[in-house]
Amino acid sequence: MLKIWSMKQQQQQAENAEGAAGKKKKKVTAAQLRVQRDLQELTLGSTMKMTFPNPDDILNFVLTIEPDEGMYKGGSFAFSFAVNQNFPHDPPKVKCTQKIYHPNIDLEGNVCLNILREDWKPVLNLNAVIVGMQFLFLEPNASDPLNKEAAEDLRVNREAFKRNVRTSMGGGTVRGVQFDRVMR
Amino acid sequence: MVAIDQTLRWKHLYNVLTRSGPFSDEDWVPGPETISTLESSKILVIGAGGLGCEILKNLALSGFKDIHVIDMDTIDISNLNRQFLFRQVDIGKPKAEVAAAFVERRVKGVKITPYVGKIQDKDEDYYMQFKIIVCGLDSIEARRWINSTLVGMADFENPESLKPLIDGGTEGFKGQARVILPTLSSCIECQLDMHAPRPAVPLCTIATIPRQPQHCIEWAHQIAWQEQRKDDAFDSDDLEHIGWIYNAALERGKQFHISGVTFQMTQGVVKNIIPAIASTNAVIAAATTSEALKIATSCNPYLENYMMYAGEEGVYTYTFEAEKKPDCPVCGNLARRMTVDPNMTLEAFIETLGERPEAQLKKPSMRTEEKTLYQRFPPQLEEQTRPNLKLKLGDLIADGQEIAVSDPAYTIDFRYRLDFS
Repeated sequence: MLKIWSMKQQQQQAENAEGAAGKKKKKVTAAQLRVQRDLQELTLGSTMKMTFPNPDDILNFVLTIEPDEGMYKGGSFAFSFAVNQNFPHDPPKVKCTQKIYHPNIDLEGNVCLNILREDWKPVLNLNAVIVGMQFLFLEPNASDPLNKEAAEDLRVNREAFKRNVRTSMGGGTVRGVQFDRVMR
Repeated sequence: MVAIDQTLRWKHLYNVLTRSGPFSDEDWVPGPETISTLESSKILVIGAGGLGCEILKNLALSGFKDIHVIDMDTIDISNLNRQFLFRQVDIGKPKAEVAAAFVERRVKGVKITPYVGKIQDKDEDYYMQFKIIVCGLDSIEARRWINSTLVGMADFENPESLKPLIDGGTEGFKGQARVILPTLSSCIECQLDMHAPRPAVPLCTIATIPRQPQHCIEWAHQIAWQEQRKDDAFDSDDLEHIGWIYNAALERGKQFHISGVTFQMTQGVVKNIIPAIASTNAVIAAATTSEALKIATSCNPYLENYMMYAGEEGVYTYTFEAEKKPDCPVCGNLARRMTVDPNMTLEAFIETLGERPEAQLKKPSMRTEEKTLYQRFPPQLEEQTRPNLKLKLGDLIADGQEIAVSDPAYTIDFRYRLDFS
C-alpha cells in the first residue's frame, strides 16, 4: 500500500485545501445527475409537456403528447416514465397510461420503440426517447406491430384505420374493445 | 489429525514476503512486519458465488486472516457444479455463511465473517474498516454502487480512507480483472461504456412473430404475466411463478410451432442467467486475489489497471491502463467544499455560482439526493421548484450536504459540499 498512499499525498498537496466528497450524507446518484442534465437539454415543443407528481423525484414523471398533425391530431396521450438507478445503462421504462388504439402500443400500454429496448445505448438521452415517442403518433408503423389488429387495419385499409383511430380516441369501441377517451 | 507446522504451511508464501525481488518497490521492507501487515489486513469480498468461492479460497490460502464476505443469495442446486464450497445439503442456505464456514474449517487460523444481505444495507462506516475490497459480482448495478460509495469515501486528509477496489467479472469464456484506486485511477463509471447493454429482442417480435423458444418465454414474462396476473408482483425466485411462465411459454411455443422451451431455459431467460464456466472463474479469481496480495504487502507491483481475458478462441489476454474520464459523473468532478451562509436565499446562492472562477454557471439546475432545489427545464418543474429560490439555504439543505449542479454551458456537472458558516 506504500505507493498508493504516497500518490494520494502528492495529489493532496496539488489540490491543496479543496476537499473531497462529504461523508455520511447521501450523494446525488449518477442516474439523478444524468436525468437532471437530460431534462435541462430537452426540446419539448408545443405538442409535449411533462408533469412531475413529486417534483423532488425527477426519475418518475409523465409525458403528455398532443399531436398537432397526423391521424392522432386532437388527442392527448399520457406516458409514464420510470428511470431506474442503473440509467443510462438501462433505458427508461415507458408505458402509456391509457388504453389506446395504436399498432405499436398494446392494450396494456407497452410501447414498441426500438430505442426503448434493443437499440438503447447509454449515449442516447431522454430527448431521443421523447422524439421517438412523438414520431410514433405521426407515423404509426404497421411492420413492427404490438397491437396486431390495429397493424392489420393500417396495412389493409388506411382510411378505415383512420376512422378507427377517431372512434377509439372518442372513447368508442373498435373490434369489440372499448378504448379510453383521449380527446383534448 | 497430524499437527501442521504453521511455518511449513506458509513456507513458500514467506519466501516471497521475506526477501526483495527484482520488481519489488525500493521502499518495501520484507520480513515479519510485512507478514503481520498481511495477516492483520481486513479484506472484504463482495459476492460468494462462482467468483466469490474461488476468491475466498485463494485469499485464505494467500495468508489473509481476517476476511469478510457479503452476499444476499441462497444456494441453488444449479450452483453446485462450480461453487465448490457448497454441498447438496446446503441448498437453500445463505451463500455467505456456508462459504465462510467451509473455508474456516479448511484453512486453520483464518477468520471469515459473513454478512447475509445487500451491499446497500451497509454504510460508509462499515466499508471504512477494510483495507481492500474484492468484488466477484454479476451485476453492473452493484458494481456502480460500491464504486460510487468508495469514491465518495476517499478523503484527501485521510489516506486510510482510500480503499483499493479489485473487480473481477466473467461471462462464459471471457473475463476481466481490474484494480481501481478510487479518485486516483479510472473508476467503474469511467469504464461504463465498455459494457454493452444486454441484447434485447424487439417487443413487437415477442408480441407478434416469435421465432425462438426464448421469444416465447419473454412473451410469457413480459406480456402474459401483465395481462393475467397483474396484481402479483413477479418473483423470479418463486418456483410457482417460474412454473407459470414456463407453461405459458410452452403453450405459446405450440401455437407458433416452436419447440425447445424448457424449464431451465425459462429460468435462464427470466433471471437473465449469464453462462458461467468454472475455469474462467478460476482464472479471473486468481488474478484478483494475487493483486490483493500484492497491494496488501507491496511485495510486487500491482496491475495497472485492466486485464481482459478472452478464452473463447484460443487464449488471449491484454493488459492496459484504462484512463480516467474527465467528465465521469462519479469521479470526474469530486465535490468541492464551499462555505455558505445558511441565511442566504437559493436565488442569491445561484448568483454567487455565476461568479465562481471554475464554474461561472449562468443557468444552473441543481439538486440534493432527496430534493430538487431548482430545475430550469421543463417548464412545469421550473414552476414547481421556483418557490425554492426565495427560501434560505438553511431551510433547503443540511449542513455539509452535497449538491449537484448542471449547466447547459458545460458538458460536465459540478458537485459542491456546502458547509454552513
